[in-house]
Amino acid sequence: MILVRIAAALLVLACGGCEREARRFDDSPPPARPVTMSELEPGPRTMASTMRNPYEGNAWAISQGKRLFSQFNCVGCHGQGGGAIGPPLMDDEWIYGSEPENVFATIAQGRPNGMPAFGGKLNSQQIWQLVGYVQSLSGLIRKDVAPGRDDHMQRKAQEQSTDKMEPASSGIPASAEGRQ
Amino acid sequence: MILSLLQGWVGAHSALEPAGPQAGRIHALWQFMWVVSALVFLAVVGALLYAALHRRAAGQSAVNPDGVRSATRWVSIATGVSIAILIAFLGVNFVTARPLTSAPGDALQISVTGYQWWWSVQYPSATPSDQVTTANEIHVPVGRPVVMTLSSRDVIHSFWPANLVGKRDLIPGNKSSIWFQADTPGVYRGQCAEFCGHQHAKMGFLVVADPPAQFEAWLREQRDSAPPPPPGSATRGQEVFLAASCVMCHTIRGTPAGSRVGPDLTHLASRRTLAAATLENTRANLAAWISDPQRIKPGTLMPPADLTPADLAALLDYLETLR
Amino acid sequence: MTSAAISPTEAVREEDVRAAGELERTWGDPPGLMGWLRSTDHKSIGKRYIITAFVFFILGGIEAALIRLQLSRPENSLLGPDIYNQIFTMHGTTMMFLFAVPMMTAMGLYFVPTMVGARDVAFPRLNAFGYWVYLIGGLLLYTGFFLNIGPDTGWFTYVPLSGPEYSAGKRVDIWAQTVTFTEIAALVASVEIIATVFKHRAPGMTINRIPIFVWSQLVMAFMIMFSMPWVASASMFLAADRLIGTHLFNPAEGGDALLWQHLFWFFGHPEVYIIFIPALGMASQVVVTFSRREMFGYPAAVLANIAQGFLSFGLWVHHMFATTVPQLASSFFTATSAMIAITTGVQFFCWIATIWLGKPRLRVPFLFVLAFVVVFMIGGLSGVMIASVPFDTQVHDTFFIVAHLHYVLMASVFALFAGFYYWFPKVTGRLLGERLGRWHLALFFIGVNVAFFPQHFLGLDGMPRRVYTYLAETGWGDLNLLSSAGAVTTALSAALFLVNVWRSLRTGAKAGDDPWQADTLEWATSSPPTSYTFVHLPVVESRSPMWDHSVDRPVVTGMRTDLREALVTTLNDAIPDSRHYQPRPTIKPLVAALATGGTFIALIFTPWGLALGSIVITVCLIAWAWPDRQAHAELRRFEEGIA
Repeated sequence: MILVRIAAALLVLACGGCEREARRFDDSPPPARPVTMSELEPGPRTMASTMRNPYEGNAWAISQGKRLFSQFNCVGCHGQGGGAIGPPLMDDEWIYGSEPENVFATIAQGRPNGMPAFGGKLNSQQIWQLVGYVQSLSGLIRKDVAPGRDDHMQRKAQEQSTDKMEPASSGIPASAEGRQ
Repeated sequence: MILSLLQGWVGAHSALEPAGPQAGRIHALWQFMWVVSALVFLAVVGALLYAALHRRAAGQSAVNPDGVRSATRWVSIATGVSIAILIAFLGVNFVTARPLTSAPGDALQISVTGYQWWWSVQYPSATPSDQVTTANEIHVPVGRPVVMTLSSRDVIHSFWPANLVGKRDLIPGNKSSIWFQADTPGVYRGQCAEFCGHQHAKMGFLVVADPPAQFEAWLREQRDSAPPPPPGSATRGQEVFLAASCVMCHTIRGTPAGSRVGPDLTHLASRRTLAAATLENTRANLAAWISDPQRIKPGTLMPPADLTPADLAALLDYLETLR
Repeated sequence: MTSAAISPTEAVREEDVRAAGELERTWGDPPGLMGWLRSTDHKSIGKRYIITAFVFFILGGIEAALIRLQLSRPENSLLGPDIYNQIFTMHGTTMMFLFAVPMMTAMGLYFVPTMVGARDVAFPRLNAFGYWVYLIGGLLLYTGFFLNIGPDTGWFTYVPLSGPEYSAGKRVDIWAQTVTFTEIAALVASVEIIATVFKHRAPGMTINRIPIFVWSQLVMAFMIMFSMPWVASASMFLAADRLIGTHLFNPAEGGDALLWQHLFWFFGHPEVYIIFIPALGMASQVVVTFSRREMFGYPAAVLANIAQGFLSFGLWVHHMFATTVPQLASSFFTATSAMIAITTGVQFFCWIATIWLGKPRLRVPFLFVLAFVVVFMIGGLSGVMIASVPFDTQVHDTFFIVAHLHYVLMASVFALFAGFYYWFPKVTGRLLGERLGRWHLALFFIGVNVAFFPQHFLGLDGMPRRVYTYLAETGWGDLNLLSSAGAVTTALSAALFLVNVWRSLRTGAKAGDDPWQADTLEWATSSPPTSYTFVHLPVVESRSPMWDHSVDRPVVTGMRTDLREALVTTLNDAIPDSRHYQPRPTIKPLVAALATGGTFIALIFTPWGLALGSIVITVCLIAWAWPDRQAHAELRRFEEGIA
């Protein structure tokens, strides 16, 4: 009886684990849909609600995103998330929108003032992994999924322990609303 | 040489077929040990079976003082002989190990860095333009000692060319080194021998022992950057290479591609194998590897390349020019 | 207390019949499921342990079968790399942490008290707690495995591969906490065994009359005590690195990847002797019984056993010969690794002398011991070979090592089966089938040799370990196929054993108290033993008490039958010293185990688990130690009785 209850509790705890621990090497998730730039549109609302990052519950994918962030030299402009010649990624200010689709579009299309367009060089699986990692930099990924510390000199707190920073703007990018 | 011919493109990979003095000494030690072990095994098991199965005289009592004295004598002898054999073993081991420790002074220096799941190989030189960087295939001159400096960029790997020398771990944060000498020309395969993740099973490498002149020629060729491709399909192939995802990870000296995430491809076509000695270097294998690496090495860090068949054919034409 | 010549189990006199009835009421478990959950009887707990460990043995065997099936052909597509890595990790973790050590401690927890003439272990409630913690740990691991959260970095979990950067998610954390559970259970068992053997022996069982199996359990218990904390520390360090970002294994911040290896193998090498030394002890008992002669060279055999326990702590670097450990240090470990062979050799030589001087009966338990020696000789000799650094650099992390380790561990399993066939009649009251036993032995022996002998050559031919597949061109396919055939044969032999057990339980021949005419005290009890084991505690006058007196054996009189009372004796000469009150069965150990389990499982996800869980555990422990009304009343009656 008690053993059954323990087993049930374990199952509940662990079922979050099924998705968290999956390793899909051959995955090819669909790329993000076009992003919303304004809430104004003629006729009835046609834009569907925003798309979730297919990897937001997958720890392996987020850790791959962390690897790619370093290997593809995102750190060259964004630092470890604190920003350098590129804007910081660990704060609540999202110039081009904080929804996963927005971040996907930013990486794939590039942005003015120096963000390269990676769409032709990275497949959708890699971009979604990077989106997940970027989300984890401001604590938007679940604690048990976010990466731990890496095996380098410690430059910032691990993403697992990063407090959640709710994005200041809604899905509409600040740039589209005319904000700086 | 014959060995590697028999093994085909895979090369020789056995500790029982030494191609150099280091592996040779270990092989001799093995032969001594298994002969002695076999004799000890037969003696002990024979005594046990004799004790258990021999017919006993009728009325033999369990308390037999002469038997006890005799048994005491035999147990003492057996213990003494065991100690003597073990001390002899330690002595033979010491004699074998001593010459293996330090490399002679005129050794060739090679530096190997382990990644998940491939080997980066560098021939350092005081002159920077003479440095050679390649991947997964190490050439050494026959008859000259070689010192390999080993390090890892991620997890622990282990470098093990069985025909030449025992293994050494590549431990991040530690630099280790190993030395050996190849006395027989040939192609010798090694494999990573420390569990390092999904594709530990397919993280192999080749050590190619060439006669000294051939080795020098190879080294000279490897120093060169890739020449511009001939006009036609190969030029189109280079454009495909530079436009697609390849440049994110690979270097081809002589082109703008300079990423060091993945293996250096400048002389890809001069190598016998692909994907860390997993595939023979043929056009068909290269096509399969580029189109879908996950099918050949699931979990590898190389993503599939989304190319049209025409682009893929052009790319292959280009890569085949990289000798 | 006087020694009167009364048979301890046969309640022949009227007062003995009454005493037996009262003892059953005092020592028996309450009825029903709640009674089973509350039990603190070492025999009940020992049986649970043995069955649970055997279930894990079967599960580990299934994992082994999957591994061998995948490796039977080159480039096989039965298992991909990710699932294969999980399966071989589960195989190692299950066999080493969930089967081998718990099985050996279980045999000790069941038989040591009986063999030293005690009614239970020194701390019965703690014993129950140990079992429940072990069960929760095993359930945690397997629940994780079936939900794809099983660990996948090997049973040895080397960093940095198992560190936070290269192993995402919670897989490795599940491994780390499983280790914590099994470590607690092993420590509990070792405490029980040491305390029972030191202080609860029957009067007259002086130090040099202790049965060899009990000696081996004592050595094992001390080894557990000195080695297990290291692996628990290592796993806690790893969990801390992964959960809260410490840098113990991060070379860039002052840590060291090799630190893990030292910590793990300082435990890991004694661990395999923790498995092997009780196996030697079991085999020694079987040799003595079936040679119908007491052990030749008892002092030498015992001292060799103890020396083996000590020496095993000085070998661990031989697992690290391929790393950057300096040459001089390595050669020290070569010497110790070679020398430990002498301790095993002395014990084997004593056995051979015992058999030669005695009149051996070739029954199944004895045949298993003969097979054990043959198999262990191969494993032990290959072990001495790999003590050599240059040779080890060739075969380290290859199938040669897989062959070696399986030969020595399978040898322990042969000895374990010898113990099973030997003691099954005592535990269940029925004999295992002799013919099926011989078939089991034959298939097992053939299977193990066919499975593992070719692997020596695979390793020398270049095949590394922990590979999910290999290229066809390497030529390793044939020997792999042969090895897999051997694995299938071994699995069949295990099935035969299960058939033997099932048939014997239903229709086997009744065993009686002493079917083998053995010499140690557990054969003075009924088969199966009653809850109180002995009507009167025995008094021992020699090394082989059952061979001294055929009918009239000296016993202890004057022990209470209305309360659970244990007789505490002195360490060296086992002179009766004091009386010890033991509590009734209670649910508190189970509750405490659940609290402990919850704490460690929560620790997988958040460090707050430790803070909150500690409070819960403290409450449970206070409740445990707090005597309830019934215990209070009993204690008062007990103390009045002594005064």
